[in-house]
Amino acid sequence: MRVLGVELSQVLALTLDHIYLAGLPLLLGLLISLPLGWLALRRRWLYPPVIAGTGLLYTIPSLALFILLPGFLGTQILDPVNVVVAMTVYTVALLTRTVADGLGSVPEQVRQSATAMGFGSVRRLVSVELPLAVPVISAGLRVAAVSNVSIVSVAALIGVSQLGSLFTDGFNRNAMGPIVVGVLACVVLSILFDVVILVGTKVLTPWRTAGGRA
Amino acid sequence: MAHGGWAGMIGGVLAWLTDPANWTGQGGIWAQTLAHLRYSFTALALAAAIAIPLGLYVGHTGRGRIVAVNVVGAFRAIPSLGVLFIAVLILLPRLRGEGAFEWPSLIVLILLAVPPILAGVYAGIDQVDPGARDAASGMGMTGWQVLARVELPCALPLVFSGLRSAMLQIVATATIAAVVGLGGLGRFLIDGQASRRYDEMAGGALLVAALALTVDFVFGLVQRTVVSPGLTGRSRQGTARRRGTSDPRSVDVEPEPAIRPT
Repeated sequence: MRVLGVELSQVLALTLDHIYLAGLPLLLGLLISLPLGWLALRRRWLYPPVIAGTGLLYTIPSLALFILLPGFLGTQILDPVNVVVAMTVYTVALLTRTVADGLGSVPEQVRQSATAMGFGSVRRLVSVELPLAVPVISAGLRVAAVSNVSIVSVAALIGVSQLGSLFTDGFNRNAMGPIVVGVLACVVLSILFDVVILVGTKVLTPWRTAGGRA
Repeated sequence: MAHGGWAGMIGGVLAWLTDPANWTGQGGIWAQTLAHLRYSFTALALAAAIAIPLGLYVGHTGRGRIVAVNVVGAFRAIPSLGVLFIAVLILLPRLRGEGAFEWPSLIVLILLAVPPILAGVYAGIDQVDPGARDAASGMGMTGWQVLARVELPCALPLVFSGLRSAMLQIVATATIAAVVGLGGLGRFLIDGQASRRYDEMAGGALLVAALALTVDFVFGLVQRTVVSPGLTGRSRQGTARRRGTSDPRSVDVEPEPAIRPT
């Protein structure tokens, strides 16, 4: 089946590439920024350098980062790994501050109650502070998801195939169809990511939507 | 890659960057840096001319707030490379004369810069302490005076983070726009790739990163001098403590990052 001159099966294949290139870095970025954000919060003196450092990384334009990474990683320039690493860097840059602020937003009384109930610092972090920080972290994750989906398309310029390939393909053939399909697919994909994160947040924070008050 | 290994690659990039012949002349590094800055500041100025009055209106009156929030959010999801290509395909055949090939790119740069500035301005006005606003009108200030002398100065930190976000977005997208023929440092990335010269590509990429960092740094300096010390907790009398925000993290309040690098 064809839509606006583009084979749908091709769009689907490119969408899967796009999900991998934008989604995997979200998970990796979250895994890295959780300990980093926690450290920045717990060790006060680490906060300014960590936040400033991740902020600097966020400043680097994506095309430049895609091109520079092979030099640091020893990869080929066409290797999708460069894109995954670059997107992970951006995700960490966005999320570290969010994680620190999210964990910092947990009320002091709650932390003290947990301690009084005999929670050690690790257990308190995992079963009290982290769950309470989920709404803040998920808000940051939503921003990162939308921006990842959009930035990944730039990788088409260095020849890494995903939905952005429809842009370069359409432009080279002077055809509007593929570009429009690509933009729409990107927008749909970022809505999809958003819905997944929202549902995940809801599942992880059942107390926020509980009907009656316990 | 043309060179084997780290040393060869770094050497190649350094050789490219330090060759005086690459810096001068019409397509040289200096000329392209100036072109990049010219596009970027032109786009930022035009975007600010649209977004700041609009943001002040939305923030001051509270009208159209929901529309503004949603438009800004939706814009984030649109991939700038796609928009750039669409603009060129639609506009280029309709434009003529000198600089015709620059206009589609410039229009996209402006379009992408409006939402973060708008978000910064209205969020900035929105978070002004209602007490300060009431005190100002209680002192007999008119709506305009409240806006110009209380709301805007108090909103400056967020206005600046909106402007800085927008500028990063512009610098990054202007780099990409080299693919549709715009000048600037992006030329080295795109032309280097076309001629399979990694030295030139990586050298250009380093220059782009340096430009983005420098521009943001300069904006940060301007922000420090323009924003009232009373707002940032940098005043000598310990304003931060009096405002009950002794926590260093609450000092430089930034909105949710309104944009991404592209």
